[in-house]
Amino acid sequence: MQQARSGTAVAWRGASKRYGGIVALDGIDLEVRGGELLALLGPNGAGKSTAIALALGLLRADAGEVMLFGRAPAELEARRGCGVMLQSAGLPDSLKVRELLELTRSYYAAPRGLDDCVGMAGLDGLMDRRYGRLSGGQQRRVQFALAICGAPRLLFLDEPTTGLDLDARTMLWATIRRMVGEGCAVVLTTHYLEEAEALADRVAVLAGGRIVACGSVQQIRARVSQRRIRCVSALDAARVGAWPEVRSVCRDGERIEIVTDYAETVVRQLLFEDSGLSQLEVQRAGLADAFVEITREAA
Amino acid sequence: MNAATLPAPRVSLLRCYALEARNEFLRLLRAPSFALPTLLFPPMFYLLFAVLFNNRGGSFQANVYLLATYGVFGVMSPGLFGFGVTVALDRERGWLALKRALPMPPGAYLASKLVMAALFATIIFVILALLATTLGGVRLPAGAWLSLYAADLFGVLPFCALGLWLGSLVSGQAAPAIANLIYLPMSFLSGLWMPLSVMPAFIAKIAPLWPAWHLGRLALAAVGQAPGEAIAPHVAALAAFTLVFVALARRRLARG
Repeated sequence: MQQARSGTAVAWRGASKRYGGIVALDGIDLEVRGGELLALLGPNGAGKSTAIALALGLLRADAGEVMLFGRAPAELEARRGCGVMLQSAGLPDSLKVRELLELTRSYYAAPRGLDDCVGMAGLDGLMDRRYGRLSGGQQRRVQFALAICGAPRLLFLDEPTTGLDLDARTMLWATIRRMVGEGCAVVLTTHYLEEAEALADRVAVLAGGRIVACGSVQQIRARVSQRRIRCVSALDAARVGAWPEVRSVCRDGERIEIVTDYAETVVRQLLFEDSGLSQLEVQRAGLADAFVEITREAA
Repeated sequence: MNAATLPAPRVSLLRCYALEARNEFLRLLRAPSFALPTLLFPPMFYLLFAVLFNNRGGSFQANVYLLATYGVFGVMSPGLFGFGVTVALDRERGWLALKRALPMPPGAYLASKLVMAALFATIIFVILALLATTLGGVRLPAGAWLSLYAADLFGVLPFCALGLWLGSLVSGQAAPAIANLIYLPMSFLSGLWMPLSVMPAFIAKIAPLWPAWHLGRLALAAVGQAPGEAIAPHVAALAAFTLVFVALARRRLARG
Protein backbone atom coordinates (compact mmCIF):
# COMPACT_ATOMS: atom_id res chain seq x y z
CA MET A 1 0.00 0.00 0.00
CA GLN A 2 2.80 2.34 0.93
CA GLN A 3 4.41 1.77 -2.43
CA ALA A 4 1.17 2.41 -4.27
CA ARG A 5 0.84 5.70 -2.43
CA SER A 6 4.23 7.03 -3.37
CA GLY A 7 4.37 6.01 -7.05
CA THR A 8 3.69 8.44 -9.87
CA ALA A 9 0.33 7.60 -11.40
CA VAL A 10 0.28 10.06 -14.28
CA ALA A 11 2.85 12.53 -15.58
CA TRP A 12 2.66 15.13 -18.35
CA ARG A 13 6.16 16.08 -19.51
CA GLY A 14 6.33 19.04 -21.85
CA ALA A 15 3.08 17.84 -23.39
CA SER A 16 1.83 19.94 -26.30
CA LYS A 17 -1.09 19.58 -28.65
CA ARG A 18 -2.28 21.79 -31.46
CA TYR A 19 -5.36 21.56 -33.65
CA GLY A 20 -4.50 23.11 -36.98
CA GLY A 21 -3.07 26.50 -36.08
CA ILE A 22 -4.55 26.63 -32.58
CA VAL A 23 -2.38 25.65 -29.66
CA ALA A 24 -4.59 23.73 -27.23
CA LEU A 25 -1.82 22.68 -24.86
CA ASP A 26 1.54 24.39 -24.73
CA GLY A 27 4.12 22.22 -23.01
CA ILE A 28 2.61 21.40 -19.63
CA ASP A 29 4.52 19.59 -16.88
CA LEU A 30 2.46 17.95 -14.17
CA GLU A 31 2.62 14.87 -12.02
CA VAL A 32 0.04 13.19 -9.80
CA ARG A 33 0.94 10.53 -7.25
CA GLY A 34 -1.11 7.88 -5.50
CA GLY A 35 -3.25 9.26 -2.69
CA GLU A 36 -3.24 12.74 -4.20
CA LEU A 37 -6.04 14.73 -5.82
CA LEU A 38 -5.13 17.33 -8.42
CA ALA A 39 -7.77 19.77 -9.59
CA LEU A 40 -7.30 21.20 -13.08
CA LEU A 41 -9.00 24.56 -13.28
CA GLY A 42 -9.30 27.03 -16.09
CA PRO A 43 -11.77 28.83 -18.29
CA ASN A 44 -13.38 27.02 -21.23
CA GLY A 45 -10.86 26.28 -23.94
CA ALA A 46 -7.93 26.48 -21.52
CA GLY A 47 -6.81 22.95 -22.39
CA LYS A 48 -8.22 20.89 -19.51
CA SER A 49 -10.05 18.35 -21.65
CA THR A 50 -7.12 18.12 -24.06
CA ALA A 51 -4.79 17.35 -21.14
CA ILE A 52 -7.09 14.52 -20.07
CA ALA A 53 -7.54 13.21 -23.62
CA LEU A 54 -3.75 12.97 -23.96
CA ALA A 55 -3.49 11.06 -20.70
CA LEU A 56 -6.11 8.58 -21.85
CA GLY A 57 -4.55 8.01 -25.24
CA LEU A 58 -7.52 9.53 -27.06
CA LEU A 59 -5.14 12.07 -28.56
CA ARG A 60 -1.42 11.88 -29.19
CA ALA A 61 0.89 14.65 -28.02
CA ASP A 62 2.63 16.63 -30.79
CA ALA A 63 5.59 17.19 -28.49
CA GLY A 64 6.52 15.89 -25.07
CA GLU A 65 4.84 12.84 -23.57
CA VAL A 66 2.28 11.61 -21.09
CA MET A 67 2.90 8.49 -19.03
CA LEU A 68 0.42 6.37 -17.08
CA PHE A 69 2.19 4.31 -14.42
CA GLY A 70 5.36 4.71 -16.48
CA ARG A 71 3.75 3.41 -19.68
CA ALA A 72 2.28 4.98 -22.80
CA PRO A 73 -1.47 5.67 -22.45
CA ALA A 74 -2.18 3.76 -25.65
CA GLU A 75 -1.15 0.54 -23.85
CA LEU A 76 -4.12 -1.43 -22.58
CA GLU A 77 -2.17 -2.53 -19.52
CA ALA A 78 -1.60 1.10 -18.53
CA ARG A 79 -5.29 2.00 -18.87
CA ARG A 80 -6.32 -1.06 -16.83
CA GLY A 81 -5.27 0.94 -13.78
CA CYS A 82 -7.49 3.89 -14.72
CA GLY A 83 -11.11 4.81 -14.26
CA VAL A 84 -12.65 7.48 -16.48
CA MET A 85 -15.60 9.82 -16.40
CA LEU A 86 -15.73 12.09 -19.45
CA GLN A 87 -17.63 15.33 -19.73
CA SER A 88 -19.89 14.19 -22.55
CA ALA A 89 -20.57 10.49 -22.60
CA GLY A 90 -23.92 9.44 -24.04
CA LEU A 91 -24.24 5.83 -23.02
CA PRO A 92 -26.59 3.60 -25.06
CA ASP A 93 -30.14 4.49 -23.99
CA SER A 94 -31.57 1.02 -24.39
CA LEU A 95 -29.14 -0.75 -22.04
CA LYS A 96 -29.88 -1.25 -18.36
CA VAL A 97 -27.55 0.12 -15.71
CA ARG A 98 -26.63 -3.41 -14.63
CA GLU A 99 -25.66 -4.39 -18.18
CA LEU A 100 -23.45 -1.32 -18.58
CA LEU A 101 -21.74 -1.97 -15.25
CA GLU A 102 -21.19 -5.68 -15.93
CA LEU A 103 -19.53 -4.90 -19.25
CA THR A 104 -17.27 -2.16 -17.88
CA ARG A 105 -16.26 -4.30 -14.89
CA SER A 106 -15.16 -7.06 -17.26
CA TYR A 107 -12.41 -4.77 -18.62
CA TYR A 108 -10.61 -4.86 -15.25
CA ALA A 109 -8.64 -7.61 -13.54
CA ALA A 110 -9.99 -7.09 -10.02
CA PRO A 111 -13.14 -4.95 -10.22
CA ARG A 112 -15.30 -3.85 -7.32
CA GLY A 113 -18.35 -5.92 -6.49
CA LEU A 114 -21.63 -4.74 -8.00
CA ASP A 115 -23.08 -3.94 -4.58
CA ASP A 116 -20.03 -1.82 -3.80
CA CYS A 117 -20.52 0.17 -6.99
CA VAL A 118 -24.20 0.71 -6.16
CA GLY A 119 -23.34 1.99 -2.72
CA MET A 120 -20.44 4.21 -3.73
CA ALA A 121 -22.25 5.88 -6.63
CA GLY A 122 -25.75 5.99 -5.14
CA LEU A 123 -27.45 3.70 -7.65
CA ASP A 124 -29.98 2.10 -5.27
CA GLY A 125 -33.02 0.97 -7.21
CA LEU A 126 -31.58 2.01 -10.57
CA MET A 127 -29.81 -1.18 -11.61
CA ASP A 128 -32.65 -2.58 -13.70
CA ARG A 129 -33.69 0.70 -15.28
CA ARG A 130 -32.72 1.60 -18.83
CA TYR A 131 -30.10 4.31 -19.07
CA GLY A 132 -32.21 6.45 -21.40
CA ARG A 133 -35.06 6.61 -18.88
CA LEU A 134 -32.93 8.05 -16.06
CA SER A 135 -32.77 11.72 -15.10
CA GLY A 136 -29.67 13.72 -15.97
CA GLY A 137 -28.35 13.47 -12.42
CA GLN A 138 -28.95 9.72 -12.30
CA GLN A 139 -27.12 9.30 -15.61
CA ARG A 140 -24.16 11.19 -14.20
CA ARG A 141 -24.12 8.81 -11.21
CA VAL A 142 -24.10 5.82 -13.57
CA GLN A 143 -21.13 7.35 -15.40
CA PHE A 144 -19.39 7.80 -12.08
CA ALA A 145 -20.08 4.17 -11.20
CA LEU A 146 -18.48 3.08 -14.50
CA ALA A 147 -15.43 5.18 -13.59
CA ILE A 148 -14.89 3.55 -10.21
CA CYS A 149 -16.12 0.00 -10.90
CA GLY A 150 -12.66 -1.24 -11.87
CA ALA A 151 -11.18 -0.28 -8.48
CA PRO A 152 -8.74 1.99 -10.35
CA ARG A 153 -5.48 3.34 -8.91
CA LEU A 154 -5.95 6.48 -10.99
CA LEU A 155 -9.24 8.22 -11.64
CA PHE A 156 -9.96 10.88 -14.27
CA LEU A 157 -13.07 12.92 -13.54
CA ASP A 158 -13.99 15.54 -16.14
CA GLU A 159 -16.65 17.82 -14.61
CA PRO A 160 -18.08 14.99 -12.51
CA THR A 161 -20.77 16.84 -10.59
CA THR A 162 -22.26 19.01 -13.34
CA GLY A 163 -26.02 18.53 -13.17
CA LEU A 164 -26.05 16.85 -9.77
CA ASP A 165 -28.20 17.94 -6.85
CA LEU A 166 -26.59 18.82 -3.55
CA ASP A 167 -27.12 15.42 -1.90
CA ALA A 168 -25.66 13.51 -4.82
CA ARG A 169 -22.71 15.87 -4.96
CA THR A 170 -21.99 15.43 -1.27
CA MET A 171 -22.12 11.66 -1.68
CA LEU A 172 -19.77 11.74 -4.66
CA TRP A 173 -17.35 13.91 -2.75
CA ALA A 174 -17.36 11.41 0.12
CA THR A 175 -16.63 8.56 -2.28
CA ILE A 176 -13.83 10.49 -3.97
CA ARG A 177 -12.27 11.34 -0.57
CA ARG A 178 -12.48 7.72 0.49
CA MET A 179 -10.74 6.56 -2.69
CA VAL A 180 -7.99 9.13 -2.29
CA GLY A 181 -7.61 7.95 1.32
CA GLU A 182 -7.13 4.42 0.02
CA GLY A 183 -4.25 5.56 -2.19
CA CYS A 184 -6.05 6.32 -5.45
CA ALA A 185 -4.71 9.24 -7.51
CA VAL A 186 -7.41 11.55 -8.87
CA VAL A 187 -7.33 14.15 -11.63
CA LEU A 188 -10.41 16.34 -11.50
CA THR A 189 -11.58 19.15 -13.71
CA THR A 190 -14.41 21.28 -12.47
CA HIS A 191 -16.22 24.54 -12.94
CA TYR A 192 -17.22 24.55 -9.28
CA LEU A 193 -14.37 26.12 -7.39
CA GLU A 194 -15.84 25.06 -4.07
CA GLU A 195 -15.42 21.52 -5.33
CA ALA A 196 -11.70 22.04 -5.85
CA GLU A 197 -11.53 23.78 -2.48
CA ALA A 198 -13.26 20.87 -0.75
CA LEU A 199 -11.33 18.04 -2.40
CA ALA A 200 -8.03 19.08 -3.89
CA ASP A 201 -4.57 18.64 -2.40
CA ARG A 202 -3.18 20.55 -5.32
CA VAL A 203 -4.62 22.89 -7.89
CA ALA A 204 -3.23 23.65 -11.33
CA VAL A 205 -4.71 26.61 -13.14
CA LEU A 206 -4.61 26.39 -16.94
CA ALA A 207 -5.04 29.34 -19.26
CA GLY A 208 -4.32 29.36 -22.97
CA GLY A 209 -2.83 25.88 -22.79
CA ARG A 210 -0.25 26.79 -20.13
CA ILE A 211 -0.11 26.23 -16.40
CA VAL A 212 -0.28 29.70 -14.94
CA ALA A 213 -0.43 28.67 -11.28
CA CYS A 214 0.13 25.42 -9.44
CA GLY A 215 0.15 24.66 -5.73
CA SER A 216 -2.02 23.85 -2.73
CA VAL A 217 -5.37 25.60 -2.37
CA GLN A 218 -3.76 27.76 0.35
CA GLN A 219 -0.86 28.70 -1.86
CA ILE A 220 -3.13 29.62 -4.74
CA ARG A 221 -5.31 31.70 -2.47
CA ALA A 222 -2.26 33.41 -1.00
CA ARG A 223 -1.25 34.56 -4.46
CA VAL A 224 -4.06 37.00 -4.17
CA SER A 225 -3.67 39.42 -1.32
CA GLN A 226 -7.10 40.96 -1.48
CA ARG A 227 -9.66 40.54 1.29
CA ARG A 228 -13.32 41.38 1.68
CA ILE A 229 -14.66 43.58 4.48
CA ARG A 230 -18.37 43.59 5.24
CA CYS A 231 -20.14 45.69 7.84
CA VAL A 232 -23.25 47.66 8.65
CA SER A 233 -22.29 51.30 8.38
CA ALA A 234 -23.80 54.67 7.54
CA LEU A 235 -20.66 55.83 5.70
CA ASP A 236 -21.06 57.05 2.14
CA ALA A 237 -19.87 54.30 -0.22
CA ALA A 238 -18.49 56.76 -2.75
CA ARG A 239 -16.39 58.40 -0.07
CA VAL A 240 -14.98 55.07 1.11
CA GLY A 241 -14.27 54.18 -2.49
CA ALA A 242 -12.04 57.21 -2.76
CA TRP A 243 -9.64 55.89 -0.08
CA PRO A 244 -6.36 54.89 -1.77
CA GLU A 245 -6.24 51.36 -0.26
CA VAL A 246 -9.75 50.43 -1.44
CA ARG A 247 -10.16 48.50 -4.68
CA SER A 248 -13.93 48.55 -4.82
CA VAL A 249 -16.99 49.22 -2.67
CA CYS A 250 -20.59 48.34 -3.05
CA ARG A 251 -23.60 49.05 -0.87
CA ASP A 252 -26.33 46.51 -0.29
CA GLY A 253 -29.04 48.07 1.87
CA GLU A 254 -27.48 49.13 5.14
CA ARG A 255 -24.40 46.96 4.53
CA ILE A 256 -21.31 47.86 2.58
CA GLU A 257 -18.78 45.49 1.12
CA ILE A 258 -15.21 46.59 0.48
CA VAL A 259 -12.46 44.78 -1.43
CA THR A 260 -8.92 45.73 -0.47
CA ASP A 261 -5.33 44.54 -0.27
CA TYR A 262 -4.82 46.34 3.08
CA ALA A 263 -7.64 45.17 5.31
CA GLU A 264 -6.09 46.35 8.61
CA THR A 265 -5.61 49.91 7.42
CA VAL A 266 -9.10 50.10 5.99
CA VAL A 267 -10.74 48.63 9.11
CA ARG A 268 -8.87 51.11 11.33
CA GLN A 269 -10.13 53.97 9.18
CA LEU A 270 -13.69 52.61 9.10
CA LEU A 271 -13.88 52.33 12.89
CA PHE A 272 -12.37 55.79 13.25
CA GLU A 273 -14.92 57.42 10.96
CA ASP A 274 -18.05 55.55 12.00
CA SER A 275 -18.47 54.84 15.69
CA GLY A 276 -21.85 53.23 14.97
CA LEU A 277 -20.32 50.56 12.71
CA SER A 278 -21.45 46.97 13.52
CA GLN A 279 -21.31 43.37 12.34
CA LEU A 280 -17.76 43.69 11.03
CA GLU A 281 -16.44 40.73 9.01
CA VAL A 282 -13.11 40.35 7.25
CA GLN A 283 -12.72 37.49 4.79
CA ARG A 284 -9.76 36.23 2.83
CA ALA A 285 -10.06 35.80 -0.90
CA GLY A 286 -11.61 32.48 -1.80
CA LEU A 287 -10.31 30.24 -4.54
CA ALA A 288 -12.88 31.82 -6.83
CA ASP A 289 -11.41 35.32 -6.33
CA ALA A 290 -7.90 33.99 -6.78
CA PHE A 291 -8.91 32.13 -9.90
CA VAL A 292 -10.45 35.20 -11.49
CA GLU A 293 -7.35 37.21 -10.61
CA ILE A 294 -4.85 34.63 -11.89
CA THR A 295 -6.58 33.99 -15.18
CA ARG A 296 -6.98 37.75 -15.74
CA GLU A 297 -3.26 38.25 -15.18
CA ALA A 298 -2.51 35.42 -17.62
CA ALA A 299 -4.77 36.77 -20.33
CA MET B 1 -0.92 -11.14 4.10
CA ASN B 2 1.54 -12.12 1.44
CA ALA B 3 0.30 -10.90 -1.89
CA ALA B 4 3.03 -12.76 -3.77
CA THR B 5 1.48 -16.14 -3.00
CA LEU B 6 -1.84 -15.21 -4.59
CA PRO B 7 -2.10 -15.52 -8.36
CA ALA B 8 -2.57 -12.05 -9.84
CA PRO B 9 -6.12 -11.68 -11.13
CA ARG B 10 -6.30 -11.40 -14.88
CA VAL B 11 -8.75 -9.93 -17.32
CA SER B 12 -10.75 -12.60 -19.11
CA LEU B 13 -10.86 -11.47 -22.73
CA LEU B 14 -13.47 -14.09 -23.49
CA ARG B 15 -15.75 -12.54 -20.87
CA CYS B 16 -15.22 -9.03 -22.32
CA TYR B 17 -16.10 -10.23 -25.80
CA ALA B 18 -19.11 -12.21 -24.59
CA LEU B 19 -20.56 -9.31 -22.57
CA GLU B 20 -19.88 -6.89 -25.42
CA ALA B 21 -21.76 -9.15 -27.81
CA ARG B 22 -24.61 -9.64 -25.35
CA ASN B 23 -25.02 -5.88 -24.87
CA GLU B 24 -24.92 -5.31 -28.62
CA PHE B 25 -27.58 -7.97 -29.10
CA LEU B 26 -29.79 -6.40 -26.43
CA ARG B 27 -29.39 -2.97 -28.00
CA LEU B 28 -30.57 -4.27 -31.37
CA LEU B 29 -33.36 -6.31 -29.82
CA ARG B 30 -34.63 -3.24 -27.98
CA ALA B 31 -34.55 -1.13 -31.14
CA PRO B 32 -37.31 -2.81 -33.19
CA SER B 33 -37.11 -0.07 -35.81
CA PHE B 34 -33.82 -1.67 -36.85
CA ALA B 35 -34.46 -5.35 -36.22
CA LEU B 36 -37.92 -5.71 -37.76
CA PRO B 37 -37.33 -4.20 -41.22
CA THR B 38 -33.96 -5.90 -41.43
CA LEU B 39 -35.42 -9.31 -40.68
CA LEU B 40 -38.78 -8.95 -42.44
CA PHE B 41 -38.15 -7.16 -45.74
CA PRO B 42 -36.16 -9.87 -47.55
CA PRO B 43 -38.65 -12.68 -46.73
CA MET B 44 -41.58 -10.36 -47.49
CA PHE B 45 -40.19 -9.46 -50.90
CA TYR B 46 -39.41 -13.09 -51.58
CA LEU B 47 -42.97 -14.06 -50.74
CA LEU B 48 -44.33 -11.35 -53.04
CA PHE B 49 -42.10 -11.67 -56.07
CA ALA B 50 -40.93 -15.28 -55.98
CA VAL B 51 -44.01 -17.04 -54.63
CA LEU B 52 -47.16 -15.01 -55.32
CA PHE B 53 -46.35 -13.28 -58.64
CA ASN B 54 -44.14 -15.94 -60.06
CA ASN B 55 -45.14 -17.10 -63.52
CA ARG B 56 -43.08 -20.22 -64.00
CA GLY B 57 -41.93 -20.59 -67.53
CA GLY B 58 -38.93 -19.67 -69.57
CA SER B 59 -35.41 -20.08 -68.34
CA PHE B 60 -35.61 -17.53 -65.52
CA GLN B 61 -36.36 -19.34 -62.30
CA ALA B 62 -37.48 -16.53 -60.01
CA ASN B 63 -37.89 -18.81 -57.00
CA VAL B 64 -34.21 -19.85 -57.10
CA TYR B 65 -32.78 -16.57 -58.43
CA LEU B 66 -34.50 -14.45 -55.80
CA LEU B 67 -33.60 -16.89 -53.01
CA ALA B 68 -29.96 -16.06 -53.74
CA THR B 69 -30.36 -12.32 -54.33
CA TYR B 70 -32.74 -11.54 -51.44
CA GLY B 71 -30.26 -13.39 -49.24
CA VAL B 72 -27.67 -10.84 -50.38
CA PHE B 73 -30.21 -8.05 -49.84
CA GLY B 74 -30.59 -9.40 -46.28
CA VAL B 75 -26.83 -9.48 -45.73
CA MET B 76 -26.43 -5.84 -46.67
CA SER B 77 -28.70 -4.25 -44.11
CA PRO B 78 -27.22 -5.49 -40.80
CA GLY B 79 -23.85 -4.25 -42.06
CA LEU B 80 -25.05 -0.90 -43.35
CA PHE B 81 -27.54 -0.15 -40.59
CA GLY B 82 -26.13 -2.17 -37.68
CA PHE B 83 -22.67 -0.74 -38.17
CA GLY B 84 -23.42 2.52 -39.95
CA VAL B 85 -26.08 3.83 -37.61
CA THR B 86 -24.79 2.53 -34.27
CA VAL B 87 -21.18 3.58 -34.91
CA ALA B 88 -22.35 7.05 -35.96
CA LEU B 89 -24.48 7.34 -32.80
CA ASP B 90 -21.75 6.01 -30.50
CA ARG B 91 -19.23 8.37 -32.02
CA GLU B 92 -21.49 11.42 -31.90
CA ARG B 93 -22.63 10.86 -28.32
CA GLY B 94 -19.17 10.17 -26.92
CA TRP B 95 -19.75 6.51 -26.01
CA LEU B 96 -17.05 5.44 -28.46
CA ALA B 97 -14.56 7.90 -26.94
CA LEU B 98 -15.34 6.63 -23.44
CA LYS B 99 -14.91 3.01 -24.54
CA ARG B 100 -11.57 3.85 -26.14
CA ALA B 101 -10.46 5.61 -22.98
CA LEU B 102 -11.52 2.62 -20.88
CA PRO B 103 -9.35 -0.49 -21.00
CA MET B 104 -11.66 -2.20 -23.49
CA PRO B 105 -9.84 -4.88 -25.49
CA PRO B 106 -9.40 -3.15 -28.87
CA GLY B 107 -11.17 -5.77 -30.97
CA ALA B 108 -14.21 -6.23 -28.74
CA TYR B 109 -16.24 -3.31 -30.07
CA LEU B 110 -16.04 -4.31 -33.73
CA ALA B 111 -16.14 -8.04 -33.09
CA SER B 112 -19.44 -7.76 -31.21
CA LYS B 113 -21.03 -5.81 -34.06
CA LEU B 114 -19.62 -8.23 -36.63
CA VAL B 115 -21.06 -11.20 -34.75
CA MET B 116 -24.46 -9.51 -34.63
CA ALA B 117 -24.38 -8.86 -38.38
CA ALA B 118 -23.49 -12.52 -39.01
CA LEU B 119 -26.32 -13.57 -36.69
CA PHE B 120 -28.85 -11.43 -38.57
CA ALA B 121 -27.58 -12.74 -41.91
CA THR B 122 -28.01 -16.29 -40.62
CA ILE B 123 -31.57 -15.68 -39.41
CA ILE B 124 -32.51 -14.16 -42.78
CA PHE B 125 -30.88 -17.09 -44.60
CA VAL B 126 -32.88 -19.58 -42.53
CA ILE B 127 -36.21 -17.78 -43.04
CA LEU B 128 -35.63 -17.49 -46.78
CA ALA B 129 -34.59 -21.15 -47.01
CA LEU B 130 -37.76 -22.24 -45.19
CA LEU B 131 -39.97 -20.11 -47.47
CA ALA B 132 -38.15 -21.31 -50.58
CA THR B 133 -38.44 -25.00 -49.76
CA THR B 134 -42.03 -24.92 -48.48
CA LEU B 135 -43.85 -22.31 -50.59
CA GLY B 136 -41.32 -21.65 -53.37
CA GLY B 137 -40.87 -25.24 -54.43
CA VAL B 138 -37.08 -24.90 -54.47
CA ARG B 139 -35.06 -28.10 -54.36
CA LEU B 140 -31.31 -27.80 -54.06
CA PRO B 141 -28.54 -30.26 -53.20
CA ALA B 142 -27.05 -29.88 -49.71
CA GLY B 143 -23.80 -28.57 -51.22
CA ALA B 144 -25.63 -25.67 -52.87
CA TRP B 145 -27.27 -24.63 -49.59
CA LEU B 146 -23.89 -24.71 -47.88
CA SER B 147 -22.24 -22.66 -50.64
CA LEU B 148 -25.08 -20.11 -50.50
CA TYR B 149 -24.74 -19.77 -46.73
CA ALA B 150 -20.96 -19.48 -47.03
CA ALA B 151 -21.36 -16.70 -49.62
CA ASP B 152 -23.81 -14.84 -47.33
CA LEU B 153 -21.49 -15.09 -44.33
CA PHE B 154 -18.52 -13.91 -46.37
CA GLY B 155 -20.65 -11.06 -47.69
CA VAL B 156 -21.17 -9.73 -44.16
CA LEU B 157 -17.57 -8.48 -44.18
CA PRO B 158 -17.60 -5.88 -47.00
CA PHE B 159 -20.94 -4.44 -45.87
CA CYS B 160 -19.86 -4.20 -42.24
CA ALA B 161 -16.73 -2.43 -43.48
CA LEU B 162 -18.83 -0.08 -45.60
CA GLY B 163 -21.13 0.54 -42.62
CA LEU B 164 -18.15 1.23 -40.38
CA TRP B 165 -16.82 3.80 -42.83
CA LEU B 166 -20.26 5.38 -43.10
CA GLY B 167 -20.54 5.48 -39.31
CA SER B 168 -17.15 7.17 -39.07
CA LEU B 169 -18.25 9.91 -41.49
CA VAL B 170 -21.81 11.02 -40.83
CA SER B 171 -23.88 12.11 -37.85
CA GLY B 172 -26.18 9.72 -36.02
CA GLN B 173 -29.21 11.56 -37.31
CA ALA B 174 -28.15 11.43 -40.95
CA ALA B 175 -26.87 7.84 -40.85
CA PRO B 176 -30.19 5.97 -41.43
CA ALA B 177 -31.10 8.13 -44.43
CA ILE B 178 -27.67 7.81 -45.99
CA ALA B 179 -27.59 4.06 -45.34
CA ASN B 180 -30.91 3.80 -47.21
CA LEU B 181 -29.54 5.90 -50.06
CA ILE B 182 -26.80 3.32 -50.47
CA TYR B 183 -28.87 0.24 -49.67
CA LEU B 184 -31.81 0.54 -52.03
CA PRO B 185 -30.19 1.93 -55.21
CA MET B 186 -27.23 -0.45 -54.89
CA SER B 187 -29.57 -3.43 -54.51
CA PHE B 188 -31.46 -2.40 -57.63
CA LEU B 189 -28.37 -1.63 -59.70
CA SER B 190 -26.76 -4.93 -58.67
CA GLY B 191 -29.65 -6.99 -59.99
CA LEU B 192 -30.86 -8.16 -56.60
CA TRP B 193 -34.54 -7.43 -57.38
CA MET B 194 -34.57 -8.40 -61.05
CA PRO B 195 -31.89 -9.75 -63.37
CA LEU B 196 -29.71 -7.14 -65.03
CA SER B 197 -30.50 -8.77 -68.38
CA VAL B 198 -33.93 -7.09 -68.35
CA MET B 199 -32.42 -3.64 -67.66
CA PRO B 200 -30.60 -1.14 -69.91
CA ALA B 201 -27.14 -2.30 -70.92
CA PHE B 202 -25.22 0.48 -69.16
CA ILE B 203 -26.55 -0.68 -65.79
CA ALA B 204 -24.97 -4.07 -66.36
CA LYS B 205 -21.80 -2.31 -67.50
CA ILE B 206 -21.33 -0.35 -64.24
CA ALA B 207 -22.43 -3.25 -62.01
CA PRO B 208 -18.84 -4.31 -61.11
CA LEU B 209 -18.60 -1.05 -59.13
CA TRP B 210 -21.03 -2.39 -56.52
CA PRO B 211 -19.98 -4.90 -53.89
CA ALA B 212 -23.57 -6.17 -53.88
CA TRP B 213 -23.23 -7.25 -57.52
CA HIS B 214 -20.12 -9.32 -56.78
CA LEU B 215 -21.80 -10.95 -53.81
CA GLY B 216 -24.93 -11.53 -55.90
CA ARG B 217 -22.87 -13.35 -58.53
CA LEU B 218 -21.34 -15.58 -55.83
CA ALA B 219 -24.76 -16.38 -54.38
CA LEU B 220 -26.22 -17.09 -57.82
CA ALA B 221 -23.26 -19.30 -58.69
CA ALA B 222 -23.87 -21.24 -55.46
CA VAL B 223 -27.44 -22.11 -56.50
CA GLY B 224 -26.59 -22.84 -60.14
CA GLN B 225 -28.05 -19.64 -61.61
CA ALA B 226 -24.76 -18.36 -63.01
CA PRO B 227 -23.31 -21.17 -65.10
CA GLY B 228 -19.65 -20.84 -65.94
CA GLU B 229 -19.14 -17.90 -63.57
CA ALA B 230 -15.59 -17.63 -62.22
CA ILE B 231 -15.69 -17.34 -58.41
CA ALA B 232 -12.21 -16.00 -57.67
CA PRO B 233 -12.52 -12.50 -59.18
CA HIS B 234 -15.67 -11.81 -57.13
CA VAL B 235 -14.08 -13.06 -53.91
CA ALA B 236 -11.04 -10.89 -54.63
CA ALA B 237 -13.20 -7.84 -55.39
CA LEU B 238 -15.17 -8.26 -52.13
CA ALA B 239 -11.96 -8.69 -50.15
CA ALA B 240 -10.57 -5.54 -51.76
CA PHE B 241 -13.75 -3.56 -50.96
CA THR B 242 -13.48 -4.74 -47.34
CA LEU B 243 -9.85 -3.68 -47.01
CA VAL B 244 -10.42 -0.28 -48.60
CA PHE B 245 -13.48 0.55 -46.46
CA VAL B 246 -11.72 -0.59 -43.28
CA ALA B 247 -8.66 1.50 -44.16
CA LEU B 248 -10.82 4.57 -44.82
CA ALA B 249 -12.70 4.07 -41.55
CA ARG B 250 -9.48 3.56 -39.61
CA ARG B 251 -8.12 6.81 -40.94
CA ARG B 252 -11.26 8.64 -39.84
CA LEU B 253 -11.31 7.05 -36.41
CA ALA B 254 -7.56 7.17 -35.76
CA ARG B 255 -6.29 8.62 -32.51
CA GLY B 256 -5.46 12.22 -33.44
